[in-house]
Amino acid sequence: MVRLALWIFGAVLLGGVVHLSTVLAMPQTATQDAYSRLARLAPINVLTPLAAPTAADAIMPFMDPAFAVAVCRYDLSVATLKFIAPVSQAYTSVTFYTRNSVAYYAINDRAAGRRAIELDLMTPEQHTQMPEEEGVTAADRLIIDSPTATGLIVLRALAPEPSLMATARGTLAGAQCRAVPQQQ
Amino acid sequence: MRLFFGSCFTLLLAAIIGLGATWLTLTRGVAFGSLTIGAWTAWPKTGSVDIDPYARASIARTGELPIGTGDGVAFYAHTDDTGNVLDGRCTFAIAGMTPPARYWTLTLYDPQGRLVANVIRRHGFTSAEILREQSGRFVINVGPRARPGNWLPSGGVEQFVLVWRLYDTPIGVATRTTKEGPMPAIERKGC
Repeated sequence: MVRLALWIFGAVLLGGVVHLSTVLAMPQTATQDAYSRLARLAPINVLTPLAAPTAADAIMPFMDPAFAVAVCRYDLSVATLKFIAPVSQAYTSVTFYTRNSVAYYAINDRAAGRRAIELDLMTPEQHTQMPEEEGVTAADRLIIDSPTATGLIVLRALAPEPSLMATARGTLAGAQCRAVPQQQ
Repeated sequence: MRLFFGSCFTLLLAAIIGLGATWLTLTRGVAFGSLTIGAWTAWPKTGSVDIDPYARASIARTGELPIGTGDGVAFYAHTDDTGNVLDGRCTFAIAGMTPPARYWTLTLYDPQGRLVANVIRRHGFTSAEILREQSGRFVINVGPRARPGNWLPSGGVEQFVLVWRLYDTPIGVATRTTKEGPMPAIERKGC
């Protein structure tokens, strides 16, 4: 009896280890995460508008149908990235996600405070390698450090009414995401 | 021999316990740091780098992109205020106040996060298109049959989920009390 209890106790302990390790391994092993879903549609370092979600088909679950969405799937291994988006009349936001869908930075049009949201995205290594004087002359440049070399930039423009969806899509069309080759 | 069977039994049981617990926590959506106001629950930390491992595993499995903390916050409702499951064959009224936000949207999904098909192709409302009473209060009727005013069709599905997203809002990780963020009440009107 005591022996059986010991076996069960061991199983519970081991089960805890299995549970924790599978939870921690899930983001690395998932094949249907947002990045993998978008990898089929969005080329690297190009802003790609996404189809609006419908009842029959949606790229990701729980997408907000009131927003026009565009995605830039980035890879910083060869170049840094420049991201420019004009702000729409209603509400525009830019959210940065790591390869594993962790939102590490988000900014909206009001916080950006200008007529356009303008950002530079680079890895911390590229940031430290940036020439000194360039950092001084462009002090108001907004530089974002990406914790991973690959990830997603998601641009969202709100259509407050369905009839304004075309305007929101127009905002996306004016935005760009391009690689800036490093001068060295 | 006894040792062999014991080990097999233990390993099998450990696998069942471990994988079962993982499956349960990921399908039930266990995450820490939730903010519950009435029937609505939000996980503000899920939209930041402070996301916990359970929420991280959960979004990797479902494939959704959480709303970033600097962008807004999303509140989910699976039941009404008294705990009735949101059944698409029943009529619900959503009424009251919303927390301060520049814009908000309300969207109806099935439990898997898909939009629900309906004849008028309406899946939600934004704060700009809602019809309000003179006092500024509003009522949204959610149900399978057309209603005057703000009607959000539920398409007669067995179960639905409501997601209230607040954009550019002070509600977030630091919000503690319901006084800071009054959320609309959900009441079942009939089935």
